[in-house]
Amino acid sequence: MTVFWSIFVTVVTIGTLLGSYWLLTTTRKSEVKDGAHLEKDHTFDGIAELETPLPRWWYYLFLLTIAFSFAYLALFPGLGNFKGLLGWSSTGQWEGEVAAAAERYNPLFERYLDTPLLALTEDRKAMRMGQRIFGNYCAQCHGSAAQGAHGFPNLRDHDWLWGNSEAQIQASIRQGRQAAMPSWAAPLGEEGVRAMAQYVRSLSGAAHDAALAAEAAPKYSLFCVACHGPAGTGNIALGAPNLTDNIWLYGGSADEIAFTLRHGRNGQMPSHEGVLDDARIHLVAAYVLSLSKGARAAATSTAAGQ
Amino acid sequence: MNHDLIERKTGLMVTLIILVISLGGLVEILPLFSSESTTTPVAGLKPLAALELEGRDIYIREGCHVCHTQMVRPLRTETERYGHYSVAGESVYEHPFLWGSKRTGPDLARVGGRYSDDWQRAHLYNPRAVVPESTMPAFPWLFERTLDGEETAAKMKALATVGVPYTDADMAGAQRAVAGHSEADALVAYLQQLGTLLSRR
Repeated sequence: MTVFWSIFVTVVTIGTLLGSYWLLTTTRKSEVKDGAHLEKDHTFDGIAELETPLPRWWYYLFLLTIAFSFAYLALFPGLGNFKGLLGWSSTGQWEGEVAAAAERYNPLFERYLDTPLLALTEDRKAMRMGQRIFGNYCAQCHGSAAQGAHGFPNLRDHDWLWGNSEAQIQASIRQGRQAAMPSWAAPLGEEGVRAMAQYVRSLSGAAHDAALAAEAAPKYSLFCVACHGPAGTGNIALGAPNLTDNIWLYGGSADEIAFTLRHGRNGQMPSHEGVLDDARIHLVAAYVLSLSKGARAAATSTAAGQ
Repeated sequence: MNHDLIERKTGLMVTLIILVISLGGLVEILPLFSSESTTTPVAGLKPLAALELEGRDIYIREGCHVCHTQMVRPLRTETERYGHYSVAGESVYEHPFLWGSKRTGPDLARVGGRYSDDWQRAHLYNPRAVVPESTMPAFPWLFERTLDGEETAAKMKALATVGVPYTDADMAGAQRAVAGHSEADALVAYLQQLGTLLSRR
């Protein structure tokens, strides 16, 4: 605030307070006590208004509020650029609260930093903390039970688009992920898109039109193989989904696969750098890893059974 | 002091009442028009791009500000959830500002980049598709209606008259940048830039 406005604010504020005091005292002086005096020419149908002074308690309360105002303006900012004797500011109070909270809560999170993710998944307390972080920051897209939604990965299954190592999960959370499947409408043509959808379904053993699938197979080796691999098992370095596991991010019906082929997909996980600190990322990463424990065990036992 | 005089002369009474009431405004509002903290844009602040500007008007039309604020207060519980508290310099080009006063939904002052474009679109089309607990209404018509951008340049011109630094080039390219996009595109573009100038923490 410039000096002019600072003085303006100070003068008007103090002037208002002094004006209130002047009004209060002068009107009180002029009043006639004991209600003896009726105002002249102020009678209507025999009803008159009395000139009675303010009750004493009211008068003193009024004085007290004026005194309070002066005390407040001396202690807190209010008079232009004057900061107040206490030096209080809302951002200063905020900084103090944030620092106090960091000192109190951060050690609770940081003590898990040195525990590897897999070991942390066995720690019930840590997992409850991770669940809270997940509920706040991840559930909007992945669902409150991490079940995912159309276009947003289910985190409870054993399928990992970008890998499930400690470094990979943490990188997904910290830097975010950007998948890039281009549109294949032009190279394949509408007929080709329909046929390719059948071939993709065949990869995971779903019901499909074998003739159309066979027709599309050479084109798969030409266009799709670079990201999804010759056997369709995907590539976690690119976030290219495994097409053989019958887990579908954008739906597994022939129509939905054809839509994906026609328009491409650009799934994005936003970066949480600056949103979550290292300790919280570590905890929530462990929680995410713990979610698929059941699915992983089932997948392993099935593999062993085969 | 004879208050009889004031009570019998209505014109004098009205004048004095206005004078007394305006004192608060004189002290609290008037100095802000020249205060550096309210008139200086934060570093990097640019006027909204054409599509974002149209998105802002859709935000207003659909009444988003009725349930969503755009004002993170300097309280720890709020900055924990949303990020850095809002500062006046972020709203220098806002006419009118959309700080809002009621939070049925979360604050949106720093929602930019928090979710993917896909999520924003899915959520606008049907909030329950991604957040089953949500009480937000669905806005499916945003995906059916296409913008022609015919009035975008005029909107920029109007904003320029109140001090938003739109250039002639901005106005010339406005229609081309907007035409053909759906209203959902515009709204998502607007949402994705909200509050991205200040670091989250």
